[in-house]
Amino acid sequence: MPEQQWPLWEVFIRSKQGLDHKHAGSIHAADAAMAMENARDVYTRRMEGVSIWVVESRYIHASNPDESSSLYDPANDKIYRHPTFYDLPDELKHM
Amino acid sequence: MPLPDSEKNEKLFQDTVDQDIRIEPKDWMPDAYRKTLIRQISQHAHSEIVGMLPEANWITRAPTLRRKATLIAKVQDEAGHGLYLYSAAETLGISREEMVDQLLSGKAKYSSIFNYPTLTWADMGAIGWLVDGAAIMNQVPLCRASYGPYARAMVRICKEESFHQRQGFEILLVLSKGSEAQRRMCQDAIDRWWWPSVMMFGPNDEASPHTAQSMKWKIKRFSNDELRQRFIDVCMEQVKLLGMHLPDPDLKWNKERQHYDFGEIDWEEFRNVINGNGPCNKERLAARVRAHEDGAWVREAALAHAEKRRRCYA
Repeated sequence: MPEQQWPLWEVFIRSKQGLDHKHAGSIHAADAAMAMENARDVYTRRMEGVSIWVVESRYIHASNPDESSSLYDPANDKIYRHPTFYDLPDELKHM
Repeated sequence: MPLPDSEKNEKLFQDTVDQDIRIEPKDWMPDAYRKTLIRQISQHAHSEIVGMLPEANWITRAPTLRRKATLIAKVQDEAGHGLYLYSAAETLGISREEMVDQLLSGKAKYSSIFNYPTLTWADMGAIGWLVDGAAIMNQVPLCRASYGPYARAMVRICKEESFHQRQGFEILLVLSKGSEAQRRMCQDAIDRWWWPSVMMFGPNDEASPHTAQSMKWKIKRFSNDELRQRFIDVCMEQVKLLGMHLPDPDLKWNKERQHYDFGEIDWEEFRNVINGNGPCNKERLAARVRAHEDGAWVREAALAHAEKRRRCYA
């Protein structure tokens, strides 16, 4: 019987207080506690983080690059969502 | 839905690469690009893992506590680098297990430099200075490789490698200022590691058929010979600080080329070591196989424990 493998986990690290967690990479671990320990050893040997999230990779749903156009293009014709769209006199201050 | 036109995909892919936009895991990519990357990244990962062995050989015999602590930290980094790279390769659709199997069965290659023995403490210095130095020369351009996960792993690795190289040079510097016996040991280590390090850049450009394609894909940014020349030029300056010399009588400054000329590389030796006949090939692989087999019960027990906890708390 082939050996059963430890599942894959994605690791997210907050590099300092006030910043978002950012994807750092992935690791293998049998459970969440081990994933946390492995993430610590692999991704934060030099104080790269103050907080770690681990999530089993199979729970991540990613958008498909082939659908980029339907997902992101519609925003292009709605430039009125940006402040620079509006024509205002230079004299107008504090806005 | 009609199948996407493969030529259109190919063109879109190359345009993306040409614009220096990174390719990410779910993007379309040519099969050959995927295969090349899997081979290159996993070989690099294997090299990091096997590379722990020659150095681990000296951990218990490091001359001081400081040297022992820093050597352990370096070896731990190498394990980390192997793991960053395995996880980058996994984004291309190969499993960790498959890669480990390829290494243990001897199907996959790793850097042939690690098939040389570490005979004295000075070898820890020479490896750090020369082997890590050559690795850095190779790796810095990879931080801009076209495949996102690979480039990101390389950024992490390069940040950490510079500590390895400085650690190595410091070891040699201390020996170079020591007793006559220590100075001899220092020169001897340089003599043994120099040529294998020069070979780390791979075959000459005319004997390296994949270079052009890899450059077009921006997996590679400089040719083997360009990087090798750069390495030799840098080392020729650095060796002066040690008051030692590099074991190549043909090394001399060429004013016209603004580079050092150097002697003929023994490609016969290079091929021999790659093909499994280096001094330590069998020993290295045997050590990896033993570690993997001895660890099997731990991997199994961890899974059983995780499963039991899941049941208890479900």
